[in-house]
Amino acid sequence: MLKHETIEKNVGWLIVLTIVAISFGGLVEIVPLFFQKSTTVESELVAKGLVKPYDPVRLSGRDVYIREGCYNCHSQMIRPFRAETERYGHYSVAGEFVYDHPFQWGSKRTGPDLARVGGRYSDLWHRTHLINPRDVVPESNMPAYAFLDRPIKDASAIEDKMRALRAVGVPYTDEEIAGAKKALEGVTEIDALIAYLQGMGTALKQTR
Amino acid sequence: MSDFVNSFWSIYVTVISLVSILACGLLLWQQSSHKHSPGKTTGHVWDENLEEFSNPLPNWWRWLFYLTVIYALIYLAMFPGLGSFKGAFGWSSVGQYDAEQKLAETNYGPIFEKYRSQDIKTVAASSEGREMGQRLYMTYCSQCHGSDARGAKGFPNLTDKDWLWGGTSEKIKETLTNGRDAMMPAKGLKPDLTPEQIVDLATYVRSLSGLSKDDGRAAKGKELFAVACAACHGPEAKGVTGVAPNLTDSHWLYGSSEPDIVETITRGRVNRMPAFGEFLGEAKVHLLTAYVVSLGGSEPDPAAAPTANGAPPAPTEAAGK
Repeated sequence: MLKHETIEKNVGWLIVLTIVAISFGGLVEIVPLFFQKSTTVESELVAKGLVKPYDPVRLSGRDVYIREGCYNCHSQMIRPFRAETERYGHYSVAGEFVYDHPFQWGSKRTGPDLARVGGRYSDLWHRTHLINPRDVVPESNMPAYAFLDRPIKDASAIEDKMRALRAVGVPYTDEEIAGAKKALEGVTEIDALIAYLQGMGTALKQTR
Repeated sequence: MSDFVNSFWSIYVTVISLVSILACGLLLWQQSSHKHSPGKTTGHVWDENLEEFSNPLPNWWRWLFYLTVIYALIYLAMFPGLGSFKGAFGWSSVGQYDAEQKLAETNYGPIFEKYRSQDIKTVAASSEGREMGQRLYMTYCSQCHGSDARGAKGFPNLTDKDWLWGGTSEKIKETLTNGRDAMMPAKGLKPDLTPEQIVDLATYVRSLSGLSKDDGRAAKGKELFAVACAACHGPEAKGVTGVAPNLTDSHWLYGSSEPDIVETITRGRVNRMPAFGEFLGEAKVHLLTAYVVSLGGSEPDPAAAPTANGAPPAPTEAAGK
Protein backbone atom coordinates (compact mmCIF):
# COMPACT_ATOMS: atom_id res chain seq x y z
CA MET A 1 0.00 0.00 0.00
CA LEU A 2 1.32 3.39 -1.00
CA LYS A 3 1.84 5.72 1.85
CA HIS A 4 0.88 9.37 1.65
CA GLU A 5 4.50 10.25 2.32
CA THR A 6 5.75 8.09 -0.56
CA ILE A 7 3.47 9.89 -3.03
CA GLU A 8 4.38 13.30 -1.75
CA LYS A 9 8.10 12.65 -1.86
CA ASN A 10 8.24 10.82 -5.18
CA VAL A 11 7.48 13.07 -8.14
CA GLY A 12 7.08 10.12 -10.53
CA TRP A 13 4.27 8.63 -8.46
CA LEU A 14 2.71 12.05 -8.09
CA ILE A 15 2.61 12.54 -11.88
CA VAL A 16 1.27 9.07 -12.61
CA LEU A 17 -1.46 9.20 -10.00
CA THR A 18 -2.47 12.75 -10.95
CA ILE A 19 -2.90 11.64 -14.56
CA VAL A 20 -4.98 8.65 -13.43
CA ALA A 21 -7.16 10.94 -11.30
CA ILE A 22 -7.86 13.52 -13.98
CA SER A 23 -8.29 10.96 -16.76
CA PHE A 24 -11.69 9.98 -15.37
CA GLY A 25 -13.11 13.24 -16.70
CA GLY A 26 -11.86 12.47 -20.20
CA LEU A 27 -12.98 8.84 -20.01
CA VAL A 28 -16.51 9.96 -19.29
CA GLU A 29 -16.73 13.14 -21.34
CA ILE A 30 -14.54 12.52 -24.39
CA VAL A 31 -14.24 8.79 -25.11
CA PRO A 32 -18.02 8.13 -25.44
CA LEU A 33 -18.26 10.91 -28.06
CA PHE A 34 -16.62 8.53 -30.51
CA PHE A 35 -19.43 6.05 -30.02
CA GLN A 36 -22.41 8.26 -30.78
CA LYS A 37 -24.60 7.99 -33.82
CA SER A 38 -24.36 11.73 -34.42
CA THR A 39 -20.59 11.50 -34.82
CA THR A 40 -20.23 8.12 -36.50
CA VAL A 41 -23.25 7.66 -38.75
CA GLU A 42 -23.62 9.78 -41.91
CA SER A 43 -25.66 12.81 -40.97
CA GLU A 44 -29.06 13.39 -42.49
CA LEU A 45 -27.83 16.66 -43.98
CA VAL A 46 -25.04 14.83 -45.80
CA ALA A 47 -27.37 12.07 -46.96
CA LYS A 48 -29.71 14.67 -48.46
CA GLY A 49 -26.78 16.37 -50.17
CA LEU A 50 -27.27 19.58 -48.20
CA VAL A 51 -23.83 19.47 -46.62
CA LYS A 52 -21.12 18.76 -49.17
CA PRO A 53 -17.33 18.76 -48.98
CA TYR A 54 -15.85 22.19 -49.72
CA ASP A 55 -15.01 22.64 -53.39
CA PRO A 56 -11.46 23.90 -54.11
CA VAL A 57 -12.50 27.57 -54.24
CA ARG A 58 -14.43 27.46 -50.97
CA LEU A 59 -11.71 25.42 -49.34
CA SER A 60 -9.18 28.08 -50.31
CA GLY A 61 -11.52 30.74 -48.98
CA ARG A 62 -11.76 28.84 -45.73
CA ASP A 63 -7.98 28.81 -45.53
CA VAL A 64 -7.95 32.59 -46.03
CA TYR A 65 -10.55 32.84 -43.25
CA ILE A 66 -8.31 30.84 -40.93
CA ARG A 67 -5.10 32.60 -41.98
CA GLU A 68 -6.57 36.04 -41.38
CA GLY A 69 -7.85 34.97 -37.99
CA CYS A 70 -11.50 35.77 -38.73
CA TYR A 71 -12.42 33.31 -35.97
CA ASN A 72 -10.92 35.71 -33.44
CA CYS A 73 -13.89 38.03 -33.86
CA HIS A 74 -16.55 35.92 -35.58
CA SER A 75 -18.14 32.75 -34.26
CA GLN A 76 -19.84 30.12 -36.42
CA MET A 77 -22.16 28.66 -33.85
CA ILE A 78 -25.74 29.77 -33.36
CA ARG A 79 -26.96 28.62 -29.97
CA PRO A 80 -30.55 27.49 -29.47
CA PHE A 81 -31.70 30.77 -27.95
CA ARG A 82 -34.47 32.87 -29.44
CA ALA A 83 -32.33 36.00 -29.33
CA GLU A 84 -29.85 34.28 -31.64
CA THR A 85 -32.19 32.50 -33.99
CA GLU A 86 -34.22 35.68 -34.54
CA ARG A 87 -31.13 37.46 -35.74
CA TYR A 88 -29.15 34.73 -37.46
CA GLY A 89 -31.51 31.91 -38.34
CA HIS A 90 -31.76 28.23 -37.40
CA TYR A 91 -29.47 27.17 -34.55
CA SER A 92 -26.38 25.18 -35.52
CA VAL A 93 -26.43 21.39 -35.42
CA ALA A 94 -23.57 18.87 -35.29
CA GLY A 95 -24.18 17.44 -38.78
CA GLU A 96 -23.37 20.77 -40.43
CA PHE A 97 -19.72 20.58 -39.44
CA VAL A 98 -18.78 17.10 -40.63
CA TYR A 99 -16.39 18.42 -43.28
CA ASP A 100 -14.88 21.18 -41.14
CA HIS A 101 -11.39 20.13 -40.12
CA PRO A 102 -11.08 21.90 -37.79
CA PHE A 103 -14.44 23.58 -37.20
CA GLN A 104 -14.47 27.37 -36.90
CA TRP A 105 -16.99 27.71 -34.09
CA GLY A 106 -14.87 30.37 -32.44
CA SER A 107 -15.41 31.53 -28.90
CA LYS A 108 -15.90 35.25 -29.12
CA ARG A 109 -18.11 37.67 -31.01
CA THR A 110 -16.59 41.04 -31.62
CA GLY A 111 -18.39 40.88 -34.94
CA PRO A 112 -21.61 38.96 -35.63
CA ASP A 113 -21.92 35.22 -35.89
CA LEU A 114 -21.33 33.95 -39.43
CA ALA A 115 -22.82 30.46 -39.27
CA ARG A 116 -25.75 31.44 -41.53
CA VAL A 117 -24.22 34.31 -43.46
CA GLY A 118 -24.50 32.44 -46.78
CA GLY A 119 -26.99 34.23 -49.05
CA ARG A 120 -27.80 36.93 -46.52
CA TYR A 121 -25.84 39.54 -48.48
CA SER A 122 -24.96 39.95 -52.13
CA ASP A 123 -21.48 39.14 -53.42
CA LEU A 124 -21.08 42.85 -54.10
CA TRP A 125 -21.81 43.62 -50.45
CA HIS A 126 -19.15 41.17 -49.28
CA ARG A 127 -16.60 42.60 -51.68
CA THR A 128 -17.31 46.19 -50.70
CA HIS A 129 -17.40 45.24 -47.04
CA LEU A 130 -14.14 43.26 -47.09
CA ILE A 131 -12.32 46.00 -48.99
CA ASN A 132 -13.51 48.65 -46.57
CA PRO A 133 -16.23 47.76 -44.05
CA ARG A 134 -16.97 51.46 -43.42
CA ASP A 135 -18.24 51.85 -46.99
CA VAL A 136 -21.37 49.91 -46.10
CA VAL A 137 -21.47 49.92 -42.30
CA PRO A 138 -20.12 53.28 -41.11
CA GLU A 139 -20.10 52.20 -37.46
CA SER A 140 -18.08 49.02 -38.13
CA ASN A 141 -14.74 48.44 -36.39
CA MET A 142 -13.72 45.52 -38.58
CA PRO A 143 -10.29 45.85 -40.21
CA ALA A 144 -10.17 46.41 -43.98
CA TYR A 145 -9.01 43.45 -46.06
CA ALA A 146 -8.41 45.24 -49.36
CA PHE A 147 -5.12 43.37 -49.79
CA LEU A 148 -7.01 40.11 -50.38
CA ASP A 149 -7.68 41.25 -53.93
CA ARG A 150 -4.72 39.20 -55.19
CA PRO A 151 -4.18 35.69 -56.56
CA ILE A 152 -4.44 32.88 -54.02
CA LYS A 153 -1.13 32.30 -52.22
CA ASP A 154 0.36 28.84 -52.86
CA ALA A 155 -2.63 27.74 -54.91
CA SER A 156 -0.52 24.76 -55.97
CA ALA A 157 -0.88 23.26 -52.48
CA ILE A 158 -4.60 22.68 -53.00
CA GLU A 159 -4.21 19.06 -54.08
CA ASP A 160 -2.15 18.21 -51.01
CA LYS A 161 -4.69 19.95 -48.80
CA MET A 162 -7.52 17.94 -50.31
CA ARG A 163 -5.55 14.73 -49.93
CA ALA A 164 -4.88 15.56 -46.30
CA LEU A 165 -8.58 16.18 -45.73
CA ARG A 166 -9.40 12.91 -47.46
CA ALA A 167 -7.13 11.17 -44.97
CA VAL A 168 -9.34 12.45 -42.15
CA GLY A 169 -12.59 11.44 -43.80
CA VAL A 170 -13.67 14.03 -46.37
CA PRO A 171 -14.80 11.99 -49.40
CA TYR A 172 -12.95 13.80 -52.20
CA THR A 173 -12.68 11.75 -55.37
CA ASP A 174 -9.47 11.48 -57.39
CA GLU A 175 -11.08 13.50 -60.19
CA GLU A 176 -12.01 16.30 -57.80
CA ILE A 177 -8.45 16.47 -56.52
CA ALA A 178 -7.02 16.34 -60.05
CA GLY A 179 -9.25 19.21 -61.17
CA ALA A 180 -8.59 21.38 -58.12
CA LYS A 181 -5.69 23.43 -59.49
CA LYS A 182 -7.66 24.29 -62.57
CA ALA A 183 -10.62 25.41 -60.49
CA LEU A 184 -8.43 27.98 -58.75
CA GLU A 185 -7.12 29.58 -61.95
CA GLY A 186 -7.78 33.29 -61.95
CA VAL A 187 -9.50 33.19 -58.56
CA THR A 188 -8.43 35.88 -56.14
CA GLU A 189 -8.30 35.42 -52.38
CA ILE A 190 -11.25 37.75 -51.95
CA ASP A 191 -13.28 35.73 -54.51
CA ALA A 192 -12.48 32.53 -52.62
CA LEU A 193 -13.36 34.05 -49.26
CA ILE A 194 -16.68 35.35 -50.60
CA ALA A 195 -17.46 31.92 -52.08
CA TYR A 196 -16.74 30.38 -48.68
CA LEU A 197 -18.94 32.91 -46.87
CA GLN A 198 -21.78 32.55 -49.36
CA GLY A 199 -21.85 28.79 -48.84
CA MET A 200 -21.98 29.02 -45.10
CA GLY A 201 -24.93 27.57 -43.21
CA THR A 202 -27.22 27.18 -46.20
CA ALA A 203 -28.02 23.55 -45.31
CA LEU A 204 -30.60 24.43 -42.69
CA LYS A 205 -33.27 27.04 -43.21
CA GLN A 206 -35.54 28.52 -40.64
CA THR A 207 -38.97 28.82 -42.10
CA ARG A 208 -42.04 30.43 -40.68
CA MET B 1 -25.24 12.54 -25.45
CA SER B 2 -28.06 10.12 -25.77
CA ASP B 3 -27.61 8.48 -29.15
CA PHE B 4 -24.87 6.00 -28.30
CA VAL B 5 -24.26 3.22 -30.79
CA ASN B 6 -25.08 0.68 -28.08
CA SER B 7 -26.23 0.65 -24.48
CA PHE B 8 -22.77 -0.18 -23.13
CA TRP B 9 -21.67 3.43 -23.38
CA SER B 10 -24.64 4.67 -21.43
CA ILE B 11 -23.85 2.26 -18.60
CA TYR B 12 -20.14 3.10 -18.85
CA VAL B 13 -20.79 6.83 -18.40
CA THR B 14 -23.30 6.24 -15.59
CA VAL B 15 -21.05 3.89 -13.63
CA ILE B 16 -17.87 5.97 -13.86
CA SER B 17 -19.74 9.19 -12.99
CA LEU B 18 -21.48 7.74 -9.95
CA VAL B 19 -18.44 5.82 -8.72
CA SER B 20 -16.19 8.87 -8.94
CA ILE B 21 -18.70 11.10 -7.12
CA LEU B 22 -19.20 8.55 -4.36
CA ALA B 23 -15.46 7.87 -4.18
CA CYS B 24 -14.85 11.58 -3.55
CA GLY B 25 -17.25 11.48 -0.62
CA LEU B 26 -15.74 8.25 0.65
CA LEU B 27 -12.20 9.58 0.41
CA LEU B 28 -13.17 12.65 2.40
CA TRP B 29 -14.90 10.53 5.05
CA GLN B 30 -11.95 8.17 5.30
CA GLN B 31 -9.42 11.00 5.52
CA SER B 32 -11.34 12.97 8.11
CA SER B 33 -11.79 9.94 10.35
CA HIS B 34 -7.99 9.80 10.80
CA LYS B 35 -6.69 10.53 14.23
CA HIS B 36 -5.12 13.95 14.37
CA SER B 37 -2.93 15.46 17.00
CA PRO B 38 -3.81 19.18 16.94
CA GLY B 39 -0.87 21.45 17.60
CA LYS B 40 1.72 18.90 16.43
CA THR B 41 3.22 18.56 12.96
CA THR B 42 2.84 15.56 10.66
CA GLY B 43 6.54 14.90 10.88
CA HIS B 44 7.41 15.57 7.22
CA VAL B 45 9.81 18.36 6.46
CA TRP B 46 10.07 19.68 2.89
CA ASP B 47 12.52 22.14 1.44
CA GLU B 48 14.54 22.22 4.63
CA ASN B 49 11.98 23.81 6.93
CA LEU B 50 8.48 23.45 5.49
CA GLU B 51 6.23 21.58 7.94
CA GLU B 52 2.53 20.79 8.16
CA PHE B 53 0.30 20.81 11.25
CA SER B 54 -1.65 17.63 11.86
CA ASN B 55 -5.00 19.42 12.13
CA PRO B 56 -8.34 17.95 11.04
CA LEU B 57 -10.08 19.53 8.06
CA PRO B 58 -12.30 22.44 9.13
CA ASN B 59 -15.89 21.30 9.63
CA TRP B 60 -17.42 24.00 7.43
CA TRP B 61 -15.20 22.88 4.56
CA ARG B 62 -15.95 19.19 5.12
CA TRP B 63 -19.71 19.76 5.13
CA LEU B 64 -19.57 21.98 2.10
CA PHE B 65 -17.83 19.13 0.28
CA TYR B 66 -20.46 16.61 1.39
CA LEU B 67 -23.13 19.04 0.21
CA THR B 68 -21.42 19.27 -3.16
CA VAL B 69 -21.54 15.48 -3.47
CA ILE B 70 -25.23 15.44 -2.55
CA TYR B 71 -25.92 18.31 -4.96
CA ALA B 72 -24.17 16.43 -7.78
CA LEU B 73 -26.34 13.36 -7.19
CA ILE B 74 -29.55 15.41 -7.13
CA TYR B 75 -28.49 17.28 -10.26
CA LEU B 76 -27.83 14.04 -12.11
CA ALA B 77 -31.24 12.76 -11.05
CA MET B 78 -32.98 15.85 -12.41
CA PHE B 79 -30.98 16.75 -15.53
CA PRO B 80 -29.43 14.68 -18.34
CA GLY B 81 -25.88 13.57 -17.53
CA LEU B 82 -25.89 9.86 -16.73
CA GLY B 83 -25.55 8.34 -20.19
CA SER B 84 -28.88 8.15 -21.96
CA PHE B 85 -30.89 8.93 -18.82
CA LYS B 86 -32.89 12.07 -19.56
CA GLY B 87 -33.34 13.21 -15.96
CA ALA B 88 -36.55 13.67 -14.01
CA PHE B 89 -37.20 17.11 -15.53
CA GLY B 90 -36.80 15.79 -19.07
CA TRP B 91 -34.83 18.93 -19.86
CA SER B 92 -33.08 19.44 -23.22
CA SER B 93 -31.61 22.54 -24.81
CA VAL B 94 -33.89 22.16 -27.82
CA GLY B 95 -36.87 21.69 -25.49
CA GLN B 96 -35.98 24.89 -23.67
CA TYR B 97 -35.61 26.68 -27.00
CA ASP B 98 -39.00 25.48 -28.18
CA ALA B 99 -40.59 26.64 -24.94
CA GLU B 100 -38.91 30.04 -25.36
CA GLN B 101 -40.24 30.29 -28.92
CA LYS B 102 -43.73 29.32 -27.78
CA LEU B 103 -43.73 31.92 -25.04
CA ALA B 104 -42.59 34.58 -27.50
CA GLU B 105 -45.31 33.51 -29.91
CA THR B 106 -47.91 33.91 -27.15
CA ASN B 107 -46.55 37.30 -26.13
CA TYR B 108 -45.69 38.87 -29.45
CA GLY B 109 -47.76 36.83 -31.91
CA PRO B 110 -50.93 38.91 -31.40
CA ILE B 111 -48.99 42.16 -31.91
CA PHE B 112 -47.54 40.96 -35.20
CA GLU B 113 -50.93 39.58 -36.18
CA LYS B 114 -52.59 42.92 -35.47
CA TYR B 115 -50.30 44.77 -37.88
CA ARG B 116 -50.33 42.00 -40.42
CA SER B 117 -54.10 42.34 -40.75
CA GLN B 118 -53.86 46.09 -41.33
CA ASP B 119 -52.96 47.51 -44.72
CA ILE B 120 -49.48 48.91 -45.24
CA LYS B 121 -50.62 52.52 -45.14
CA THR B 122 -52.27 52.10 -41.74
CA VAL B 123 -49.20 50.38 -40.30
CA ALA B 124 -46.92 53.07 -41.74
CA ALA B 125 -49.08 55.73 -40.13
CA SER B 126 -49.04 54.16 -36.66
CA SER B 127 -46.02 55.15 -34.61
CA GLU B 128 -45.75 51.78 -32.87
CA GLY B 129 -45.89 49.90 -36.17
CA ARG B 130 -43.23 52.19 -37.61
CA GLU B 131 -41.00 51.72 -34.57
CA MET B 132 -41.31 47.95 -34.77
CA GLY B 133 -40.48 48.18 -38.45
CA GLN B 134 -37.50 50.37 -37.71
CA ARG B 135 -36.09 47.91 -35.17
CA LEU B 136 -36.47 45.09 -37.67
CA TYR B 137 -34.87 47.28 -40.32
CA MET B 138 -31.87 47.92 -38.06
CA THR B 139 -31.38 44.19 -37.52
CA TYR B 140 -31.88 42.87 -41.01
CA CYS B 141 -31.51 45.68 -43.54
CA SER B 142 -29.21 48.42 -42.26
CA GLN B 143 -26.03 46.50 -43.12
CA CYS B 144 -26.64 47.19 -46.81
CA HIS B 145 -29.08 50.08 -46.99
CA GLY B 146 -27.52 51.98 -44.08
CA SER B 147 -28.97 52.84 -40.70
CA ASP B 148 -30.47 56.00 -42.25
CA ALA B 149 -31.81 53.99 -45.22
CA ARG B 150 -29.93 56.24 -47.60
CA GLY B 151 -27.95 53.35 -49.05
CA ALA B 152 -24.41 53.40 -50.35
CA LYS B 153 -22.69 52.87 -53.67
CA GLY B 154 -24.33 49.75 -55.05
CA PHE B 155 -27.05 49.68 -52.39
CA PRO B 156 -30.17 51.67 -53.17
CA ASN B 157 -31.35 54.65 -51.17
CA LEU B 158 -34.80 53.82 -49.82
CA THR B 159 -35.78 57.36 -48.92
CA ASP B 160 -35.87 58.82 -52.43
CA LYS B 161 -38.45 58.37 -55.15
CA ASP B 162 -36.26 56.29 -57.43
CA TRP B 163 -37.43 52.65 -57.50
CA LEU B 164 -35.65 50.12 -59.70
CA TRP B 165 -38.27 47.44 -59.07
CA GLY B 166 -41.33 49.53 -58.42
CA GLY B 167 -42.11 51.68 -55.41
CA THR B 168 -45.67 50.70 -54.61
CA SER B 169 -46.10 48.95 -51.27
CA GLU B 170 -47.03 45.79 -53.12
CA LYS B 171 -43.82 45.86 -55.18
CA ILE B 172 -41.70 46.70 -52.14
CA LYS B 173 -43.17 43.73 -50.31
CA GLU B 174 -42.50 41.53 -53.30
CA THR B 175 -38.88 42.70 -53.35
CA LEU B 176 -38.46 41.96 -49.65
CA THR B 177 -40.11 38.56 -49.87
CA ASN B 178 -38.54 37.13 -53.00
CA GLY B 179 -35.43 39.24 -53.40
CA ARG B 180 -34.25 40.61 -56.72
CA ASP B 181 -31.47 39.67 -59.08
CA ALA B 182 -30.04 42.42 -61.22
CA MET B 183 -27.61 42.04 -64.06
CA MET B 184 -26.30 44.55 -66.52
CA PRO B 185 -24.21 42.76 -69.14
CA ALA B 186 -20.78 44.22 -69.81
CA LYS B 187 -20.93 46.51 -72.86
CA GLY B 188 -24.64 45.94 -73.29
CA LEU B 189 -25.56 44.39 -76.62
CA LYS B 190 -22.35 45.44 -78.32
CA PRO B 191 -19.53 43.30 -76.93
CA ASP B 192 -17.02 44.82 -79.37
CA LEU B 193 -17.15 48.33 -77.87
CA THR B 194 -13.70 49.88 -77.78
CA PRO B 195 -12.47 51.82 -74.74
CA GLU B 196 -12.83 55.01 -76.81
CA GLN B 197 -16.43 54.21 -77.65
CA ILE B 198 -17.15 53.46 -74.01
CA VAL B 199 -15.99 56.94 -73.08
CA ASP B 200 -18.26 58.33 -75.84
CA LEU B 201 -21.14 56.38 -74.37
CA ALA B 202 -20.37 57.54 -70.85
CA THR B 203 -20.22 61.13 -72.06
CA TYR B 204 -23.61 60.76 -73.73
CA VAL B 205 -25.15 59.10 -70.67
CA ARG B 206 -23.82 61.86 -68.43
CA SER B 207 -25.05 64.55 -70.81
CA LEU B 208 -28.62 63.27 -70.33
CA SER B 209 -28.66 64.69 -66.83
CA GLY B 210 -26.48 67.67 -67.65
CA LEU B 211 -23.30 66.23 -66.16
CA SER B 212 -21.19 66.59 -69.32
CA LYS B 213 -21.20 68.98 -72.23
CA ASP B 214 -18.79 67.45 -74.73
CA ASP B 215 -21.26 67.51 -77.62
CA GLY B 216 -18.93 65.85 -80.12
CA ARG B 217 -18.41 62.78 -78.01
CA ALA B 218 -21.98 62.76 -76.76
CA ALA B 219 -23.28 62.70 -80.33
CA LYS B 220 -21.10 59.66 -81.11
CA GLY B 221 -22.23 58.10 -77.84
CA LYS B 222 -25.87 58.60 -78.75
CA GLU B 223 -25.49 56.45 -81.87
CA LEU B 224 -23.80 53.73 -79.87
CA PHE B 225 -26.49 53.96 -77.21
CA ALA B 226 -29.19 53.11 -79.72
CA VAL B 227 -27.40 49.88 -80.57
CA ALA B 228 -25.93 48.77 -77.27
CA CYS B 229 -28.22 50.10 -74.56
CA ALA B 230 -31.62 51.18 -75.84
CA ALA B 231 -33.07 47.67 -75.80
CA CYS B 232 -33.17 47.76 -72.01
CA HIS B 233 -32.87 51.42 -71.05
CA GLY B 234 -35.28 52.56 -73.76
CA PRO B 235 -34.57 54.83 -76.74
CA GLU B 236 -34.78 57.90 -74.54
CA ALA B 237 -32.81 56.26 -71.71
CA LYS B 238 -35.71 56.70 -69.35
CA GLY B 239 -35.49 53.07 -68.29
CA VAL B 240 -38.20 50.54 -67.55
CA THR B 241 -39.06 49.63 -63.98
CA GLY B 242 -37.81 46.14 -63.21
CA VAL B 243 -35.70 45.99 -66.36
CA ALA B 244 -33.27 48.88 -66.46
CA PRO B 245 -32.92 52.15 -64.60
CA ASN B 246 -33.68 55.62 -65.84
CA LEU B 247 -30.42 57.28 -66.91
CA THR B 248 -31.80 60.78 -67.25
CA ASP B 249 -32.48 61.50 -63.58
CA SER B 250 -30.07 62.43 -60.81
CA HIS B 251 -30.00 58.98 -59.11
CA TRP B 252 -26.84 56.96 -59.67
CA LEU B 253 -26.55 53.64 -57.88
CA TYR B 254 -22.94 53.08 -58.92
CA GLY B 255 -21.79 56.67 -59.13
CA SER B 256 -22.17 59.38 -61.75
CA SER B 257 -18.52 60.22 -62.38
CA GLU B 258 -17.10 59.35 -65.78
CA PRO B 259 -14.77 56.62 -64.39
CA ASP B 260 -17.71 55.06 -62.54
CA ILE B 261 -19.88 54.95 -65.63
CA VAL B 262 -17.00 53.71 -67.77
CA GLU B 263 -16.53 50.90 -65.25
CA THR B 264 -20.22 50.08 -65.30
CA ILE B 265 -20.24 49.83 -69.08
CA THR B 266 -16.93 47.99 -69.33
CA ARG B 267 -17.50 45.36 -66.68
CA GLY B 268 -21.26 45.31 -66.30
CA ARG B 269 -22.93 45.10 -62.91
CA VAL B 270 -24.27 42.12 -61.01
CA ASN B 271 -26.23 42.71 -57.86
CA ARG B 272 -28.74 40.97 -55.67
CA MET B 273 -31.27 41.81 -53.07
CA PRO B 274 -31.51 38.63 -50.97
CA ALA B 275 -34.96 37.13 -50.35
CA PHE B 276 -36.20 37.57 -46.78
CA GLY B 277 -39.67 36.07 -47.00
CA GLU B 278 -38.74 32.59 -45.87
CA PHE B 279 -36.42 33.73 -43.10
CA LEU B 280 -38.52 36.53 -41.59
CA GLY B 281 -42.05 35.40 -42.33
CA GLU B 282 -44.91 37.45 -43.69
CA ALA B 283 -45.67 39.42 -40.53
CA LYS B 284 -42.19 40.89 -40.27
CA VAL B 285 -41.95 41.55 -44.00
CA HIS B 286 -45.24 43.42 -43.67
CA LEU B 287 -43.86 45.64 -40.91
CA LEU B 288 -40.63 46.21 -42.85
CA THR B 289 -42.59 47.19 -45.95
CA ALA B 290 -44.54 49.66 -43.85
CA TYR B 291 -41.32 51.09 -42.47
CA VAL B 292 -39.87 51.56 -45.95
CA VAL B 293 -43.11 53.18 -47.08
CA SER B 294 -43.02 55.47 -44.03
CA LEU B 295 -39.63 56.78 -45.20
CA GLY B 296 -41.63 58.79 -47.69
CA GLY B 297 -40.25 57.77 -51.06
CA SER B 298 -42.82 55.17 -52.03
CA GLU B 299 -45.31 55.48 -54.84
CA PRO B 300 -49.06 55.40 -54.35
CA ASP B 301 -50.69 52.00 -54.66
CA PRO B 302 -51.82 50.97 -58.16
CA ALA B 303 -55.46 50.98 -57.09
CA ALA B 304 -55.18 54.71 -56.49
CA ALA B 305 -53.05 55.49 -59.53
CA PRO B 306 -52.77 52.75 -62.17
CA THR B 307 -49.39 52.54 -63.86
CA ALA B 308 -49.14 54.16 -67.24
CA ASN B 309 -48.73 51.10 -69.40
CA GLY B 310 -49.80 48.35 -67.02
CA ALA B 311 -46.66 46.48 -67.97
CA PRO B 312 -46.44 42.85 -66.84
CA PRO B 313 -43.91 42.05 -64.10
CA ALA B 314 -40.51 42.61 -65.55
CA PRO B 315 -38.08 39.80 -66.35
CA THR B 316 -34.99 39.45 -64.23
CA GLU B 317 -32.84 42.00 -65.92
CA ALA B 318 -32.36 45.37 -64.35
CA ALA B 319 -29.28 47.20 -65.29
CA GLY B 320 -27.03 49.14 -63.01
CA LYS B 321 -26.47 52.68 -63.97
